[in-house]
Amino acid sequence: MNDTHPVPPEINEKIEGRSPRPSIAPRARQDQRARRVFFIITLLPVFLILAVTIALLVRAWPILQAYPLGDLLFGQVWKPSDKLFGFGPFILGTLWVTVVGVLLSVPPCLLASIYLAEYAHSATRSFTKPVLDLLAAIPPVVYGVWGLLAIVPFVEKVLAPFAKRWLGSVSIFSVNQPTGFSILSGGIVLAVMIAPLIISVVYEIFATVPNDLRHASLAVGATQWQTIRNIVLPQVTPGIIAAIVLGASRAFGETIAVLIVVGNVPQIPTSIFDSAYPLPALIANNYGDMMSIPLYDSALLGAALVLLVIILIFNILSTLVLQRMLRRKWA
Amino acid sequence: MDTHIQVKDLNVYYGKQQALKDVNIEVPKKQITVIMGPSGCGKTTLLKSLNRFLELTDGTRITGEVLVDGQNIYDREVDVTEVRKIVGLLAQRPAPLPMSIYDNVAYGMHIHKMRNDRKEYKAAVRHYLEIAGLWEEVQKRLHDPASSLSIGQQQRLCLARGLAVEPEIILGDEPTSALDPISSQNIEARLLDLKQQYTTVIVTQTLRQAKRLADHVIYMYMGEVIESGPAKEVFTNPKHERTRQYLEGLF
Amino acid sequence: MGMKKKYWQRRHLMELFMKTIMRISLVVVAASLGLILWTVVMRGLPAMNWDMVTQVPKGGFYMGKEGGVLNAIIGSLYLALGGTLLAMLFSLPIALYLKTYLGASKWGHYVRLSLDVLWGIPSIVYGAFGFTIMISIGMRASLLAGIIVLALVELPIMVRAMDEVIRRMPTDLEQAALALGSTKFEVAMQVVTRQMLPGIMTAILLAFGRGIGDAASVLFTAGYTDRIPTSLLRPTASLPLAVFFQLGSPFPEVQQRGYASALILTVIVLAVSLGSRWLSSRLNKYTVK
Repeated sequence: MNDTHPVPPEINEKIEGRSPRPSIAPRARQDQRARRVFFIITLLPVFLILAVTIALLVRAWPILQAYPLGDLLFGQVWKPSDKLFGFGPFILGTLWVTVVGVLLSVPPCLLASIYLAEYAHSATRSFTKPVLDLLAAIPPVVYGVWGLLAIVPFVEKVLAPFAKRWLGSVSIFSVNQPTGFSILSGGIVLAVMIAPLIISVVYEIFATVPNDLRHASLAVGATQWQTIRNIVLPQVTPGIIAAIVLGASRAFGETIAVLIVVGNVPQIPTSIFDSAYPLPALIANNYGDMMSIPLYDSALLGAALVLLVIILIFNILSTLVLQRMLRRKWA
Repeated sequence: MDTHIQVKDLNVYYGKQQALKDVNIEVPKKQITVIMGPSGCGKTTLLKSLNRFLELTDGTRITGEVLVDGQNIYDREVDVTEVRKIVGLLAQRPAPLPMSIYDNVAYGMHIHKMRNDRKEYKAAVRHYLEIAGLWEEVQKRLHDPASSLSIGQQQRLCLARGLAVEPEIILGDEPTSALDPISSQNIEARLLDLKQQYTTVIVTQTLRQAKRLADHVIYMYMGEVIESGPAKEVFTNPKHERTRQYLEGLF
Repeated sequence: MGMKKKYWQRRHLMELFMKTIMRISLVVVAASLGLILWTVVMRGLPAMNWDMVTQVPKGGFYMGKEGGVLNAIIGSLYLALGGTLLAMLFSLPIALYLKTYLGASKWGHYVRLSLDVLWGIPSIVYGAFGFTIMISIGMRASLLAGIIVLALVELPIMVRAMDEVIRRMPTDLEQAALALGSTKFEVAMQVVTRQMLPGIMTAILLAFGRGIGDAASVLFTAGYTDRIPTSLLRPTASLPLAVFFQLGSPFPEVQQRGYASALILTVIVLAVSLGSRWLSSRLNKYTVK
């Protein structure tokens, strides 16, 4: 608590004898009071996480009481009118779209950010950074519009026929429906959407590696790629994983942009050309009539709870892994 | 005098600012050449032009030639990594790579695939740690992180790492300025030992160090080389007024 | 002497290869992002007209008749402004407290962790959360509810961005102020806030941009109406939802207007983003570097 007292008492005493006493006391009290108010406000984020979880849990309680958790999570049939509430297809749909999005996004984003951080001239850099910031600001619904106008037709007219002709024997590329509203479309939209985020985070992480290390490697005659591969990458691996997890959890919870292009058919997908019905889309599409059928509202808020819990696990686990990795021997 | 490095009409610009003006010098083979002068005079710039480290900074423009054994290292055909293999650098602050002591020394040899098997690498690592005077202290903990060494030991490790790729020239950018007096002395002793085999170029801020080490001296002021020549001549009988003032400690 | 470049050496080929695919990646990413803007502009412009930004929907608007989306534009501005102000009220103290009092302490670490977790919670979950609270207290979809939920969405974005800039403040400056006998509170209010003003402004505008574009959270909480809201307790339209609803229409004219609405939204968001960049470069003049 001492650190709130800018002047240690013994010094304060000495000052007293010489000059008119500075009005420390009221200011110190103000400091104390501010400290308390500030502290209460910092409780807010922690409190908010608990509040969101508890509120959803309370609302989802009836459905959790009515059905065993396993039936809800892995149940494959969703028919609220018949009292069947299986989240299976929706959870799988979300996973498919997220995985496709992340797989499409990560390789080019990593390469692009390494280029920006390690190779690019400062002119390229100072041009690219603001552009990325601008693009990160584009709202999800606009990405959705783009997906509808550009990606869905592209998947339908180009990628699907291509897959049909050349990749037909591989089941995850099989084309089972005629439209472009598919997991692949959702994945492409998500991949582009999370790109600015991943690139800017990875770029910042690369910037944390001191130049001395790069120079030490270059000074013995390593090429730039050898330097990146042997010296820089090992330093930033945890950060890169964090960036990917960040992008993945963004993709996982994305609602509007995916909803517009993914088809929204509640089925267990087997191919990236299948339609899917992700969890957030389920919630967004049906909130209107959730009060009309018994347990329906509870089921939908239960879906939100599932989404929340998965993302919380995602975030917390990744943070723990990160801390573990950062405590490596010579990090 | 057998010339190893010859700098011809070298001009260096950082953006619009000129850092080196028409530098023409010769660096003798297997001797210690010391570059001295007040801070900001372009000493480090001149040093870093010798292993092409200047181009790591955006917006640097270089004209002129730097000949190593008659080959211009700025020639388009020249491989910059080969230049840096031949011209080693001991940095101002020791920069151990984030790996073990052993791996630090082996790093450059691996990069250039200079040995055939583990046994050869081991022997070579030992050899260069001995040359750097570090073997005794670290032989029992070769696989500890390099960052666990004291700062003086780290600088000797960096010396071993640089020597391991078999350079012909060693550059030292105020290599003792971050060290305590005893570690500095140690490094200086190494450099004196090594001058039989390597051409050495050192930048230093301290006149005393220059006097202890130099066979050959280059004095710079405001981006220009004012005077260069054998240490004895320059120290005892400088030709230029500025050099005299510097040597007398007037600035 | 062997200083000539041996291009066929494995490491040189690798260097060339990596550099090439990195360049290609950057171009691919930049091009696909550029493509979005191009698509929205090319498809949105034909349906743009003055009515879009000056009229509220008239009768038959959703079947392709006259009107515009002024209701959604105004609604979105209200929502985002309100949400940003509310979030600011809490973000600034949190960010300042993190810097001046907590530093690298354990509690500071937990607060940052919880902010990261909050940042990762998708806006649809905030929307659902808001909705549960609203049904519990019998509140209906309204501008106020939308503002509160948007504030929740914006809070972690804002604090993280502020924390980022405030943490970068040179410690010397803070210690210089402490050495002069300032209390920590005074340091927070006078030195940190002033020094970090550009960063704080950027953080606020960043959060505003995110708020105005967010659809999933206001879907549940703000409702939708053809009128411009006159009270905090009335429902309000918003641009992202206007886009979303019009896209779902079977009438091509309405879909076209959806594209135009998307263009309007994009222009607003980019203007805010550019504005913040400009502002922070202006304000930067008054800070110690």
